[in-house]
Amino acid sequence: MTDFFAMHGYAAYVWPAYAVFAIVLIADAIAPVFARRRVLREITGRLRRAASRKSP
Amino acid sequence: MNPLVLWFHKLGSPPYFYRFGGRWIPWLYALALVAGAAGFYGALFTAPADYQQGDSFRIMYVHVPCAWMGLFAYAFMAANGFVGLVWHIKLSETMAMASAPIGAAFTFITLVTGSLWGKPTWGTWWTWDARLTSELVLLFLYFGVIGLYHAIEDRRQAARAAAFLALVGIVNLPIVHYSVIWWNTLHQGQTVSLVGPSKIAPDMLWPLLVLAFATHVYFFASLLARTRVALLELESGKEWVRALLPAAETSHD
Repeated sequence: MTDFFAMHGYAAYVWPAYAVFAIVLIADAIAPVFARRRVLREITGRLRRAASRKSP
Repeated sequence: MNPLVLWFHKLGSPPYFYRFGGRWIPWLYALALVAGAAGFYGALFTAPADYQQGDSFRIMYVHVPCAWMGLFAYAFMAANGFVGLVWHIKLSETMAMASAPIGAAFTFITLVTGSLWGKPTWGTWWTWDARLTSELVLLFLYFGVIGLYHAIEDRRQAARAAAFLALVGIVNLPIVHYSVIWWNTLHQGQTVSLVGPSKIAPDMLWPLLVLAFATHVYFFASLLARTRVALLELESGKEWVRALLPAAETSHD
């Protein structure tokens, strides 16, 4: 098992490469979730403001 | 009309696409995850170490699928940008812009993992050779498209301007692909080929192909997710978007 993690001396190159792959793609997958929340908040806010202008 | 053509026309309508995306996204993410897990199992456990490069060659399994996706995402972006420019189809413009950050992410991974592979193999993190430089230009083209899209206030005009830039940048795709043939580069030549035999052992090849499949599926999952958000924003004044919001927020009118 330690052999596996050591990658025969290439651990310092192999694992960071896999980590960059994982981190960047996880960030890419999460980004639309946050963007969606922001957009929905903006739309509801805009609608609420429009409604309160109509009927104060 | 032919049912397939009819479906394609329906897909172009934002509310229909929004629902379509919502149905498919979880399945696509799940499929990408399962295929990715299988591919990484093969890449790390079953594939034998390379006789020249030892275990450092395992970087290939993240480097090569991402490099392919960087080019695929660009071609997809440019094709959608072209359709958007010519026929003014809102969905195509939106999808073109949604694929830019995903392609940039893949290209970024390609450059970083390539650097991590280059150090033990070539003895350098970076060299200005044709493949590496053209790949860096690809990343900058993505940045240009994303930057231009965000620099213009009107979303649809922004998408059209950025799509035009994406089309111009297409000239870089064959340069990236053929750079290892046209110039004498430090980067190795093509090993896996769609036409003709691949110069790689089957034990080493199948995890690569599975991971290439997984990254393609991931691309479409992320694309649908990003396109859905962009459509919500673009159509925020429309009735179908209001109908999606919780009833209490819109009950005033």
